[in-house]
Amino acid sequence: MHIKDDHYTRLLQGLAYTVIILGSLACLIPFLLIISASLTANDSIIKDGYHLIPAVFSLEGYKTVFTFPDEVLRAYGVTLFTTVTGTILGLFFMTMAGYVLARKDFKYRNTFSFYIYFTTLFGGGLVPWYIMMTKYLHLTDSYGALIFPGLMTPFLIILMKNFIRSAVPEELFESAKIDGAGDFKIYWRIVLQLSMPGIATVGLFLALAYWNDWFSSSLFINDPHKYQLQFHLYNVINSAAFIANMGAGTGVSLGSDLPTESTKMAMAIVVTGPILFLYPFIQRYFVKGLTVGAVKG
Amino acid sequence: MRYRKRKSGIPLAIELPIKGAGLPSETGAWAQKKKKKGFLHELVHNRILFLMLLPTLLFFLVNSYFPMVGVYYAFTQFDFNSGLFDAPFVGLKNFEFLWKSGTLVKLTLNTIGYNLAFILLGNVLAIVCAILLSELRIKWFKKLTQSIMFLPYFVSFVILSVIVYNVFNYDNGFLNTLLAQFGAGPVDVYNKPSAWIFLIILFYLWKNLGYSMVIYLASITGISEEYYEAAKIDGAHIFQRIWYITVPMLKSTFIVLLLFSLGSIMKGQFDLFYQLIGNNGVLYNTTDILDTYVFRSLKVTFDVGMATAAGLYQSLFGFILIMTVNYIIRKINDDYALF
Repeated sequence: MHIKDDHYTRLLQGLAYTVIILGSLACLIPFLLIISASLTANDSIIKDGYHLIPAVFSLEGYKTVFTFPDEVLRAYGVTLFTTVTGTILGLFFMTMAGYVLARKDFKYRNTFSFYIYFTTLFGGGLVPWYIMMTKYLHLTDSYGALIFPGLMTPFLIILMKNFIRSAVPEELFESAKIDGAGDFKIYWRIVLQLSMPGIATVGLFLALAYWNDWFSSSLFINDPHKYQLQFHLYNVINSAAFIANMGAGTGVSLGSDLPTESTKMAMAIVVTGPILFLYPFIQRYFVKGLTVGAVKG
Repeated sequence: MRYRKRKSGIPLAIELPIKGAGLPSETGAWAQKKKKKGFLHELVHNRILFLMLLPTLLFFLVNSYFPMVGVYYAFTQFDFNSGLFDAPFVGLKNFEFLWKSGTLVKLTLNTIGYNLAFILLGNVLAIVCAILLSELRIKWFKKLTQSIMFLPYFVSFVILSVIVYNVFNYDNGFLNTLLAQFGAGPVDVYNKPSAWIFLIILFYLWKNLGYSMVIYLASITGISEEYYEAAKIDGAHIFQRIWYITVPMLKSTFIVLLLFSLGSIMKGQFDLFYQLIGNNGVLYNTTDILDTYVFRSLKVTFDVGMATAAGLYQSLFGFILIMTVNYIIRKINDDYALF
């Protein structure tokens, strides 16, 4: 019996390591492909295609990206601005909402929770929303169009409420009230201090959504100066004429043998860089958020 | 009379220090207020709380509730220059066209079909990976691989399209490079509609596996070690322990996730489809979903009435579906009901 158990255990261990290693490789290799392509000489790509390891090493892709850094830097600026502003505003509003909805003595909390939740069940659809944003709110080509739509989501509000519930005991509200603290003061002085890990988690979810947003730009922005980073990359990948345009804007004439392929990949790395760099430090917050969210949705 | 008034005053005295915001001027009117201690009273009483909730309420009012009025466009021949109610009313004509052209049926089948594949394959794979990952004994390796498998969730869909471009583009994609090395001819994947059914599902799994795996892993960590010890003493080997303890314990997490995703079965993964397929008409037959159709009608063909109609159909159908599912769940097991 025991021998059999050992045998099965070894079998499972072998299976587990094989599957997990293969899975990890499958998740990693696409990134390696891009990194490798960004470091390959363009001629080599045109002649022999993309490889997992650069056939002919070269930094020309990155050089081209940073020869005319204006566009990519501006796109970085736009994304940075919308991400920071949107995250701070969204966090402020959602922590307040989470706090109010977490207060058991707030009589209409269920009504308002449903008011928020209902928007996930039914909606007017993309088109009426688009017309409202452009025709009635006049948000075309404004930063408002990039920031407003992502400010809050029902999921994050519920997550925030759950975080506050678990971080701040109900009695604390009451004792603070007896000591004469107002509702806002309780939020500002107590709730915010105690639920910092939860705020970090919700904030990172929010920031990630802003950072990766390309949809708002594609809907509402016509002025290339206000493109978000991801939409800028999207255009680089999808327009063959991109390099020519880049030269035309600056008055420098560019030959036909520009490293288009490696430049595209280098651009992708430049755009994703911050996420890849920060990922090891921030991923545990996301794990925490998913864990709390999964316990009670 | 006097006695009665005093009596009603007693709960007030107790409640005041707790609820706090009661003003002296309210005390006189208390007897009246108490009868219909309704919304208005609460509004005054908890005005700070209401004020703190206000931005959120306004946000959803503008962002979600206002556009609901606009579903009226679905019944009109809309053009951008006219106001909401100026556009000529055409009744159900838009829906009729969508229905008769077969678009609606195709889009619905595609949307639901892909989502079912995502839900089923996604959950099964996530459960398998979570169980296997939890069995790994080397701590740092476990942490490292979990992080790696969660990584694709963090990159944007634009990056995903770069990856797809890198691997599948005809002239110098990685796939064709690889095929050439084995002496095989190049494949033009962008002209093969059937291949994309497989590819879209594959890339969905690639991007989202880590996410659901983390959720399942959290539930596995929560299972008490005692069950396994007891089963071990009873002579259950590791596969039996997994099959008879871990898998059943994941049932509730699975059902919660399943219900959540069933609720949005009419909502397609727009980012995924649009970034992979874009405006490549060759592939529409197998890859067009409601979301991409609506987006294209709005931005490419400017068919606003039709796009609104398709969007409204999607919303309504989804709404009815989730209500039905929730009703059935409620009958079977109240604990799992969404609301």
